[in-house]
Amino acid sequence: MMRNAGYVNRFARITRLMEKIMAEMTLIDAIRQAMDEELARDPRVFIVGEDVGPRGGVFRATMGLHAKYGGDRIVDSPLAELSIIAIGIGAALDGLHPLCEIQFADFIHPAFNQIVNEAAKFYYRSGGTWNVPMTIRAPYGGGISGGLYHSQSLEALFAHVPGLKIVIPSNPYDAKGLLKSAIREPNPVLFFEPKKGYRLIKGDVPDGEYTVPIGPAQVTREGTDLSVFAYGMMHYYCLQAAEQVAKEGIRVEVVDLRTILPVDKQTILESVKKTSKALVVHEDTLTMGYGAEVAAIIAGEAFEYLDGPVMRLGGPDVPAVPFSHSLQDWFMPNPQKIAEAMRKLARY
Amino acid sequence: MATQVVMPQLGESVVEGKVSRWLKKEGDTLKQYEPILEVETDKVTTQVTAAAGGTLLKLLVAEGLVVKAGTPLAVIGQPGEAMQDAAMPAAAGHAVAAPQMQAIGVQPGKMSGARVSPVVAKIAAEHDVDVSHIRGTGEGGRVTKKDILAYVESRAKSDLPPWEQPGSGDLFKPTEEAYATAPVLVQRSTLHAPPSTALPGDELMPLSTMRRSIAEHMLRSKTISPHVTTVFEVDMSRIIAHREANKAVFERDGARLTFTPYFVVASVAALKAYSQVNSSFTDQGLLIHKQINVGVAVSLGEEGLIVPVVKGADGMSLLGLARAVSDLAERARKKQLKPDDVVGSTFTLTNHGVSGSLFATPIIAQPNVAILGVGAIQKRVVVIGDAIAIRPMVYIGLTFDHRVLDGASGDAFAAKIKETLESWASS
Repeated sequence: MMRNAGYVNRFARITRLMEKIMAEMTLIDAIRQAMDEELARDPRVFIVGEDVGPRGGVFRATMGLHAKYGGDRIVDSPLAELSIIAIGIGAALDGLHPLCEIQFADFIHPAFNQIVNEAAKFYYRSGGTWNVPMTIRAPYGGGISGGLYHSQSLEALFAHVPGLKIVIPSNPYDAKGLLKSAIREPNPVLFFEPKKGYRLIKGDVPDGEYTVPIGPAQVTREGTDLSVFAYGMMHYYCLQAAEQVAKEGIRVEVVDLRTILPVDKQTILESVKKTSKALVVHEDTLTMGYGAEVAAIIAGEAFEYLDGPVMRLGGPDVPAVPFSHSLQDWFMPNPQKIAEAMRKLARY
Repeated sequence: MATQVVMPQLGESVVEGKVSRWLKKEGDTLKQYEPILEVETDKVTTQVTAAAGGTLLKLLVAEGLVVKAGTPLAVIGQPGEAMQDAAMPAAAGHAVAAPQMQAIGVQPGKMSGARVSPVVAKIAAEHDVDVSHIRGTGEGGRVTKKDILAYVESRAKSDLPPWEQPGSGDLFKPTEEAYATAPVLVQRSTLHAPPSTALPGDELMPLSTMRRSIAEHMLRSKTISPHVTTVFEVDMSRIIAHREANKAVFERDGARLTFTPYFVVASVAALKAYSQVNSSFTDQGLLIHKQINVGVAVSLGEEGLIVPVVKGADGMSLLGLARAVSDLAERARKKQLKPDDVVGSTFTLTNHGVSGSLFATPIIAQPNVAILGVGAIQKRVVVIGDAIAIRPMVYIGLTFDHRVLDGASGDAFAAKIKETLESWASS
């Protein structure tokens, strides 16, 4: 009996050990794991947002955390985004590391003034005396039949505000590493999560401590014929499109920007120097989307290396992502549309 | 070993040709020297034959396309042979592993090859490459970064010493390019047509190569030179008398004596006296030609016209000129002219009177600075002294380039022609 129990125990320990090394998980799980580890590591970290407490968040991002850390650290807010952010700013100025959740990025607009006029400017305005180590998490993007108020992409709006940092992960490994970095960042960070990928995008995530630095982009697929720059859900699609056109002999280099502000110019320019053709893909509407900034950087600083026009692929310039399935499909870039854009540029 | 068929250089200063008709198709067996295709340059057609027997493996250029001399047109070899390293034919006249020439497609409305992207310009500057030598695989025939990199690599690998490689610079340009003065306002591929003016029942007749060529040349000439025509009247009595007296003798010597040789002689005399008319206008200055080559326009009826050239007309007697002119005219009508026959003129003569025209304002054949039009010879009433007489008269119209000649100099020249004709020894 004793020997059997020991045998079983030994195996259980080995299995548990192997699970700890690397686990495949979804994007949302990786995000939750990051928050869990930071809450455990740093008592100054707390979460505030709508339905984050016992409910565990509408996307289950904070599931189990209220039970683990209590209502003092996982705080349900009223339906008042301005207050969520304002509370965060106040707490941050007082030395805490708030992690504010905006339930859908579409709802962030009432807090726009707080973010742009207050959070972004405190450090600058106080000559470095006061800083706001606040992280704002918000699911963004369409493709889940969310319609007008559950599908917006807002990175372009906020990328225009110096004083903020903007991070958009495209895979579970980066999501966990970047969120940890964001929470530790002494400045306000907007962490936009591609909600369509919450459960769709899976990947291996090591257990335990690691971070991914805010700033550097990553070349996720090497190529020679053209470079495509993307982030979030679109990066996931770009990898698929690149795989498709590789069968036709077009070798695409895919770059995951990861940090929108400050953007990794060096990686962008190095890639363009190598392939001489650039395509930027985002699901946000095309005009004044973030692609315009990337295109301007390339045109301005890699002009002599270009063998073709800098192209952008984005959503059509309509006031909102449509609710009807067919119109939503018309709006959203997908691997087929991206592949077609790649072919066109490669042919030039 | 597979061999290439290339676009031949059809004349000394003829640098491109049109693939007008493939006589064989891919897969056909060829005997050595068998004709494979017809190529056309301006208005002259030649056949290209197979340098070696074998199978026609691949056609590289489609019918209707105009390509530079040296461009590979087809590959001949054994079936299944690799074509990548097909050898250039030894007797091509250019023993160069020619870098791929740009194919100029005759496509309406498309200015191909005009765009050079920044990186291509950069690479071209770094490696001293003329982008127009490279065949582009990008959209619209654009030379892409890949194309120029491949070219640079192949050039580096070329086993020809630098002195065997094609040169660049003014010395290596063909005459037409080197002496082209005004920018060519009309490109071969973009003859401007007004918006469609089709009416019900209209029928569109496609332009023949000759008609297109004439259209292009005429329009171009008019845009290059300011044309002025001065008209003189010439008494042809003595010429007619001479001709009557010598027709039979010339016939016996194998030459049909028409009026044309007389006008050539008179033109030569005037060109010798006024050498500035035997010239071409350039920005750097008036290029006075040493040779006197007189082009003689030959009508081909409905089809059009062609201007074969009597080279060295100043060194020919009337008999020699008569022979030359009738030989050229006959070969022109039989479509047997060679490309060298239709280039190199320094002055042109056009006998429009044969169709009844009294006088006209002919268009200068570039890069000449003048052209003499001869009208119909008609018996007219003229006043000599104070008496009325009947004489065979002809109007000659000299159109000159007003950049080079003025009224006085133009008239002086025409007057010299008149004087030469009117003082001809009548026997």
